[in-house]
Amino acid sequence: MPASLIDADSLLAVDIGTVTTRAVLFDVVEGHYRFIAIGRAPSTAAAPFRDVGEGVRQAIENLQAVTGRTLLTGDHKLIMPVQNGLGVDTFAASLSAGPPIKTVVAGLLADVSLESVKRLARSTYTRVVETLGMNDQRKPEEQIDSLLRLRPDLILIAGGTDGGATRSVQKLLEVIGLACYLLPAEVRPVILYAGNKALAAEVKSALEPLSSALYISPNLRPSLETEDLQPAQRILAEHYAQTRRRQMGGLDELSAWAGGMLVPTAYATGRMIRFLSQDSQNGILGVDIGASAISVMAGFGGELTMGVYPQLGLGEALSALLRYTSLDDILRWIPLDLPADSIQQYLYQKALYPGSLPAVPEDLAIEQGVARQALHLAVQAAARDFPPGAKRMGAGLLPPFDLILGGGGVLTQAPTRGQSLLMLLDAIQPTGCFTVFLDQNGLLPALGAAADRNPLLPVQVIETGAFLRLATVVAPIASARLGTPILDIRLVDQSGNETRLNVKQGALETLPLAPGHSGRLFVHPLHRADIGFGPGRAPAQGIPVSGAVLGVVIDARGRPLRFPADHVRRREIIKKWLWTLGG
Amino acid sequence: MLAPVTHILPLTTIRRERLLPLPGRVVARLEQKVSPVDVIAEAVMGQEHVLYDIARTFGVSPEAADKMMRVSNNETVQRGQVIAQSAGLVPRSFRADRDGRVVAVGGGQVLLEVGGGTIELYAGLPGTVTRLIPERGAEITFSGALLQGVWGNGRVDTGLMLPLLSQPDEVLKPGRLDVSLRGSVLLAGHCGEAAVLQAAAELPVRGLILASMSPALIPLALQMRYPIIVMDGFGRQAMNAVAFKLLATNVKRETTLCADPYDRHLGTRPEILIPLPAAQEPPPPRDIEAFAPNQRVRLCRAPHLGEAATLLNLLPGLTILPSGIRVPAAEVKLESGEQIVVPLANLEILG
Repeated sequence: MPASLIDADSLLAVDIGTVTTRAVLFDVVEGHYRFIAIGRAPSTAAAPFRDVGEGVRQAIENLQAVTGRTLLTGDHKLIMPVQNGLGVDTFAASLSAGPPIKTVVAGLLADVSLESVKRLARSTYTRVVETLGMNDQRKPEEQIDSLLRLRPDLILIAGGTDGGATRSVQKLLEVIGLACYLLPAEVRPVILYAGNKALAAEVKSALEPLSSALYISPNLRPSLETEDLQPAQRILAEHYAQTRRRQMGGLDELSAWAGGMLVPTAYATGRMIRFLSQDSQNGILGVDIGASAISVMAGFGGELTMGVYPQLGLGEALSALLRYTSLDDILRWIPLDLPADSIQQYLYQKALYPGSLPAVPEDLAIEQGVARQALHLAVQAAARDFPPGAKRMGAGLLPPFDLILGGGGVLTQAPTRGQSLLMLLDAIQPTGCFTVFLDQNGLLPALGAAADRNPLLPVQVIETGAFLRLATVVAPIASARLGTPILDIRLVDQSGNETRLNVKQGALETLPLAPGHSGRLFVHPLHRADIGFGPGRAPAQGIPVSGAVLGVVIDARGRPLRFPADHVRRREIIKKWLWTLGG
Repeated sequence: MLAPVTHILPLTTIRRERLLPLPGRVVARLEQKVSPVDVIAEAVMGQEHVLYDIARTFGVSPEAADKMMRVSNNETVQRGQVIAQSAGLVPRSFRADRDGRVVAVGGGQVLLEVGGGTIELYAGLPGTVTRLIPERGAEITFSGALLQGVWGNGRVDTGLMLPLLSQPDEVLKPGRLDVSLRGSVLLAGHCGEAAVLQAAAELPVRGLILASMSPALIPLALQMRYPIIVMDGFGRQAMNAVAFKLLATNVKRETTLCADPYDRHLGTRPEILIPLPAAQEPPPPRDIEAFAPNQRVRLCRAPHLGEAATLLNLLPGLTILPSGIRVPAAEVKLESGEQIVVPLANLEILG
C-alpha cells in the first residue's frame, strides 16, 4: 500500500463558478482514491447574496442527499476531520465566480517585463485596465490620476532583471505608491511585486502600508532571456481570496476550511494539465468554457502555458463579444437558417441570464455556434504564448497534442457526445493523433485544488477513469485537393477483427471501437499526408488505440477549416459532420 | 432550488443607503421628502494632481530638497506661493503655478491636488430621508409600486407616465411621438427604430419604458439624455403581462425611472418607482426565494421569452427538452392558458 494511503483521507472539493457551485467528494475505495459523488447548487457570489457561503452549503447538502453521508453540522459548519463516520478529512476549494479583477500592470520594456507581467495577468481572471511602462509618455501625475480614477483591485509590478535596472523601477514605484497613498484605505489594491529582487525590501517597506496586501515574488524576468511566471502565478493563486474579498463574502470561512488554499479555478485546472504533460511526448491541452471566462491551458513537458479570457466567457461578457468577432464568424458554425438578428438577441439575452439554457434546437444551435467561435478565439490567443520550440505540422497550426481535455457546461450539457466532440474539433482545430476527453463532472479543478493537500489523490482518480473518453482522433494535414484519398486506414481490434477505411481530403469519418475495447490503428498516408509523424509517415507497428464513446474519428477536413461560400451548402456540410458523429 | 427574483410589486417599501465615495458634507435633513435629482450630500475632490520634483529642479538630493520645503501636508497653496526655497546669500525659490492643496510632501517632491470640484450625491429615488450617515450620505425610504427591468441606460428622471400602447406587443413608431407628450415618461411596447429614440429626445421626454428593444439600438440608447428602461429583453417581444397590468393601472401618475445598468454582482437594476400613499408601511421586497407551485414567474429564454406564467409544479429528476438537453424543469401555465415545460434555469420569480 502506498505510504500516503495509510491515512486514507477523504476529501471534499468545492468549485464556485459564476452559475454553479459544485461539491465533489473523493474517498478511498478498495485501496484507491475514487470520485464518489457530486452535489450542485446555484452559485450565490452575485447579488442578492454576494456571499459564496449559501451556494456552497446547498451544494454540500445536495451531496449529502446523494451519498447519505453527513458532512455539515446542524449550524452548517463542515465536520472536519471525520468524527464517528461523519464529515471529511480534508477540504479544497477553487473559485472562478465574480467580475474580472480590475488590474494594473507595470513594467519597464514593452517586449520584456511588460510582456511577461501581462502574461501573468492573463493567467487568472483579470481585466487589465491600465499599463504603466518606461516608454509611457505621460507625466507621473497623469499616471497617478489615471490610477485614482480606475481604482484597481490588483497591481502587478515587474521590471528590471536581477542585478539590473533599479532607478526606472523606483520611478514606477513612486507613481504607484503616491496613487495608493491618495486612495481611501478601504479601496487600496492588492500589490504583487515580481521585479528586480534587489528592490524587494524597499518595495515592502514603501508599499506594504499603502496596499490592502503586498506580496513579493521571485522576479518574472531574472534575466533578459529567462521568463519564469510560475512562482508569481502561485503567489497570486494562493492569495486569490484576498483579491476577491471586496467583491463577495464567505471566502474567509471557505479559505479557512481549505487551510488557506482557495485557488482560482483556472490555476487548479492548469496544475493538473501541467502534471499530465510531464510524461507526454507531445503537449496536453485543457480548455474550460465557463460563464466567467474561457481558460486555455497547454502543458509541454511539465511546462504550463495558461490563458484566461474573461472577455470571451459565455456569461455577462457575451454582450461585448462582437468587439472581438463578427456575426458572420459566429453564423458560419450554425447549421440552421437563422437571421443574424437572432444571434445578437441571443448574445444580449444570455448576458442578462448567464445560467439560462437552450430549450429549443434553434437556441441550442446558436449557443453551440457562439461557444465554438469564443473558444476558437481563446485558443488562437493562447497559442501566441505557446513555447516557440513546440513542433508544429505547418505554419499557423497548433502544435500536436497527445490529449485534449474539455470542460464547461456547454460541452457537458450537450445532448450528444458527438456535439461535444465536434465543438472541440471545430473550435480548436487540432492536428495529428490525439485522444479527446470530456470532464463531464467538472473534476479537473477539484483535483487540481486537492493536489496540494493530497498529491496521490489526483493521480489515482484519473487512473480510475474519471473523465469520459470521447474519441481517439486522427487529424491529418495534407495539401491534396478536396476529395483526393489521403489515408488508407485499417483498425484491428483486440479480437483481431479488421475495419478498413479510405479517407478523402475534406472528410470526417468514424470507426467504431467501444469503450473498454482496444485495438491498433494502421495508417497509410497518401500524397504526403502528415498525421504527426512527418509527411507520408506512420508507425509500421500501428498506433495503439483505446475504445471510446465515439470510437476512432478521422478528421480530414483540413486546417484551417474552410466552409463553402454558399450558405445552403455550408449548412448541409455542418449537418453532415454532426450526423457522422451521431447527430 | 434558489430562484432569481425580479420585483414587480404594486406596493412595497424600499430602503437604500446613498453614500459619497469619500467623506463630505450631508445636506439632507431627516424626514426630508426628496426627489431622485435632489442633492443629499456633497464633497470636495481635486480633479487632478501636479507633481513638483524639487530635488531635480534644484539639482540636489531628495533629503536636501526636503529641508527646503516651505509647505506641509494638507496645506492650501495659492498660485505663486513659495513651495521650496534654497539657502544661501541668494536663495532660489520654487513657486506653485496653480492654486491647490498639498497632498504629499517627501522624497524631494510635492504633490498638489488642483482643480477642486464638488461631487454632488443625488437621492437617486423619490422618498423620505429616514437616516443620516455622517459625512457620507443618507438612507432614503420609498413606498409605492416597484418594477425592475433588465436593461437601463444609466439616466434618472421623473415625469407623468403616459401610455403609448393598448396591447403589450405594440411596436412604437416615430409618428406616435408628438408635442403633447413633452416632459412625460412614456410607456411603450417594442422599439426597433433609431428614429423613435431620436424623436423622443427632440420633444424631449422625461423617460421611456419599453417592453423590448432591438439590440442594434443599444449604442444610441446609451447616448440619450433621458432614461430608458427595457422591461423584458432584446428582440421583438411583448411586455410581460404582470408588468403591463401594473403599469397600465398607474398611468398619469408621477413616475421615476432610475435606469441603472443591470449589475449582477452589485445587485443594481433598472427600476421604475411610482410613489403611492400607504396607511402603514408596506412590506419590503423579498430578494431570496425558492421555486414553488403557484408562483408567478417569467421566462427568460426562448421560446416564450419574457412571458409571464404561473408555476404549476416542479418536475422530478431531469427532463429532456426539445433541444435534447436534460435538466431540472417545471411545468408552467402561460397567460394564454397553454401549459409548457421549462427548465428551471430559464425561470425567474416575479414578486
